[in-house]
Amino acid sequence: MSCGVNEFAFKIGTPNGTGSASANSLIMQTIFRMGIPVTGKNLFPSNIQGLPTWYEIRVNKNGYTARTPVFDLIIAMNSATYREDVAEVRSGGWLLYDSSWPLDENLLREDLHYIGVPLSDMCNEAFKGVRERILMKNIAYAGALAALLGMDTEIIRGLTKEKYSKKASLLDSNDRAIDIGFNYAKENFACPLPIRLETMDATKDSILIDGNTSASLGCVYAGATVGAWYPITPSTSMMEGFKGFCQKYRRDPETKKNRYVILQAEDELAAIGMVIGASWAGARAFTPTSGPGISLMNELLGLAYYAEIPAVVFDVQRTGPSTGMPTRTQQGDLLSCAYASHGDTKHICLYPCDPREAFEFAVAAFDLAERFQTPVLVLTDLDIGMNDWMIPKLTWDDNYRPDRGKVLSAEELESVKGFSRYLDVDGDGIPYRSLPGVHPKGAYFTRGSGHNKFGAYTEDAEEYQEVLDRIARKILGACKAVPPPVIKRRPGAKLGLVTVGGCHAACLEALDLLAGDGMPLDYMRIRGLPFGDDVREFLEEHDTNYVVEQNRDGQLRSLLMLETVVPRSKMESVRSYAGFPMSAQDVMAGVQANTKVTA
Amino acid sequence: MNYVPKPTVHHPSLRRNALGLTRRDYEGAVTTLCAGCGHDSVTAAIIQAFWDLDIEPYRVAKLSGIGCSSKTPAYFLREAHGFNGVHGRMPAIATGAGAANRDLILIGISGDGDSLSIGLGQLCHAMRRNVNLLYVLENNGVYGLTKGQFSASADPGSTSKRGEVNTMNSIDSVLLALSLGATFVARGFSGDKAQLVPILKAGLMHDGLAFIDVISPCVTFNDHEGSTKGYAYTREHQIELVQADFVPEFREITTEYEPGAARSVVLHDGSTLSLRKVGEDYDPTDRDRAYAHIREHQLAGEVVTGLLYISPESMDMMEHSEAIAGPIYNHPFENLCPGSAELEKLQLRFR
Repeated sequence: MSCGVNEFAFKIGTPNGTGSASANSLIMQTIFRMGIPVTGKNLFPSNIQGLPTWYEIRVNKNGYTARTPVFDLIIAMNSATYREDVAEVRSGGWLLYDSSWPLDENLLREDLHYIGVPLSDMCNEAFKGVRERILMKNIAYAGALAALLGMDTEIIRGLTKEKYSKKASLLDSNDRAIDIGFNYAKENFACPLPIRLETMDATKDSILIDGNTSASLGCVYAGATVGAWYPITPSTSMMEGFKGFCQKYRRDPETKKNRYVILQAEDELAAIGMVIGASWAGARAFTPTSGPGISLMNELLGLAYYAEIPAVVFDVQRTGPSTGMPTRTQQGDLLSCAYASHGDTKHICLYPCDPREAFEFAVAAFDLAERFQTPVLVLTDLDIGMNDWMIPKLTWDDNYRPDRGKVLSAEELESVKGFSRYLDVDGDGIPYRSLPGVHPKGAYFTRGSGHNKFGAYTEDAEEYQEVLDRIARKILGACKAVPPPVIKRRPGAKLGLVTVGGCHAACLEALDLLAGDGMPLDYMRIRGLPFGDDVREFLEEHDTNYVVEQNRDGQLRSLLMLETVVPRSKMESVRSYAGFPMSAQDVMAGVQANTKVTA
Repeated sequence: MNYVPKPTVHHPSLRRNALGLTRRDYEGAVTTLCAGCGHDSVTAAIIQAFWDLDIEPYRVAKLSGIGCSSKTPAYFLREAHGFNGVHGRMPAIATGAGAANRDLILIGISGDGDSLSIGLGQLCHAMRRNVNLLYVLENNGVYGLTKGQFSASADPGSTSKRGEVNTMNSIDSVLLALSLGATFVARGFSGDKAQLVPILKAGLMHDGLAFIDVISPCVTFNDHEGSTKGYAYTREHQIELVQADFVPEFREITTEYEPGAARSVVLHDGSTLSLRKVGEDYDPTDRDRAYAHIREHQLAGEVVTGLLYISPESMDMMEHSEAIAGPIYNHPFENLCPGSAELEKLQLRFR
């Protein structure tokens, strides 16, 4: 790993619940405002207070935003993890620790630079009260880093001022804590270090945002009015985001009443039931959840599929199976979402790669769900959902109008001769629907039991099959409406690399590195299910396609095999699934290992 | 379910309501339940209640789960949207529908398996939210469609058709509803239409979840000697506690009561509910005493019926949500989407 100016990574180890988040985001934002590309990954425990947590920050002038497993500097604020933190610094790197207490001798490595800053001692002296001392110790390490890494102190001051503009005492404490760390580092060490920051101009059209926030904003912009949910990590902040934006944008100015309804359900079965009920009655409704929630929602997703009711589900994936590791990331639900529920079901799925696409696909999901009268599952993951990503600014086209699909109005119902819910009038497999409470001629009986094209109960073989086959045609037709794959070709490439979702950043970096090593690869990132011809054609064009994903069983590869005619022999699996966001090194290692085997 | 549509040509002399509709206009498909099933009597009472209240059928959404009782929405109000969902999940679907369009008149039909076993949680939480829904639990103590297993409402000591004795305690939906804070709790008997129709009407006008448990005998699997949910047992042990008479706002009170025997509850829309106490000192707005009273009779093997509890200060789900008046599903998009200029402004927060 090269390191130096605007190209290095560091991580901060703290016990959770000590309030390090504000110090870490202060550091992130400062670097971002210095115009330098930056990403942060929060590795936190499924716990409220006391267990180890790390915040990884990668600074990269070339704009590579994937996680890196190599750290030039570790800020070790948690004595419980000193040993592993010391071990993880690259040779020749730096370790910053709280020198209020001596460091155990066997933690000393000859190939490291140790930076001892008596943070606790200094904060105990400067601040009163246990809580403030703990909180300000975090701000003080941010101050020390400001000196060591050459952060722009004007920007730091600006940020604290913005954040605490209404709390003068907090502003004062924060500024003092920054000075404490900054001055100590300046006086005792050669600042800045060889790894350091220099102002650039590469972030002015970008924002730092997490995918749960951007997806919830997408729901607001799409005109969603009903949100139902059961809190589950890592999706919880999505509904909190929706609520926050709705409080800002969806209050009727005159009556002060809400133009939205949020239903906190008793479980995920109820949450999806509410979404189905609301969508059946005409609302744009959604639910955010994670893998365990998808498992519980299965039966009702099958109902919505078969009774042809729109529903938008966000699956912020975490590691499975079972409870798994709730605060670690994975792409383990690709198959369970694609075919959720018993019987023959296949769902429209969207796979955003970052918070920007999470925003855009949230909007697309409602259009697709209403157009095709079926559930649409948007699969992000903990990394996309909860970490701050640097992405190009979100944009909005004011000409956008929701596609509410084939819904008959009272006037249309009045004028039609007869209405049958499941008739394929237009030959595209999509029937017309009516909403309750609109017109007597729209009445029909929605059911998950066998029904014919007129909507009536049936146990007749032909009638049953006719409806089931039409639904299959309808869903297949969605392949032209879901976002097409992103395909990037390189001259001279004979092999392909295929991925999905949040692996994107690691793949882009790995593709550059591999090309530098004389191995150019064509690239395809899947963005929607059902697949179109372009997906099959790409796979067929290449003798070997490396399928990169974050699960044990190669679920994307299985999906590609099941949903195209391309044989398994054309696909080599590259996987990383231990809970960390994928890195370029993971991709490279997987590609190179497979190349040796096949060569 | 509705294999057989009913003829829609009616005799000209049938009585018409204020909308000019006959009771036939409130019917649905021909029932496919067993002859003599209590559920069909409940269906008839529902038809009567909607007709009496002059409700346009298309304004109603009728929902159900799975089971014999859940088939019945097909048998009434053919001009209303129906939704026969999955087992035990009717309350969630009704909740969503009510959130999307609070002007819908929601009726949910469920059974003791659907509501007290697989869907017990959803029933409890729909009550907690006070969804504006008429919830009818057609209670027969038995799983009919799977041929005769005890349900959770089967009383201890009662026997199955095959002679097995139920040794476990039952879940009594009315006591459950009272303890959960339900705002409208009633128990009827499918064999007593005169009592049931006014309760249904009051329930339809109630602002919040109106819970009505109707003892509705299963003639095929639970109407034998040893059953405590059959016709004979219920007739013998029924004690009618409070007779409800629903009087819409615009109608004159024509029923006459002995002075002091009736008490009035004014509902949200200004209509009046007259509650006639039958021979007992009973206050249907006192939750704790209602609970104690019902329990006392239950221990004596008696089935207390009537409108047992009503909260005059009910606040339904949409009031809790502080949602705008009227349906939200078709609210103008311009009022929902903040637009590009606002997005630009908002993103300063993320820099």
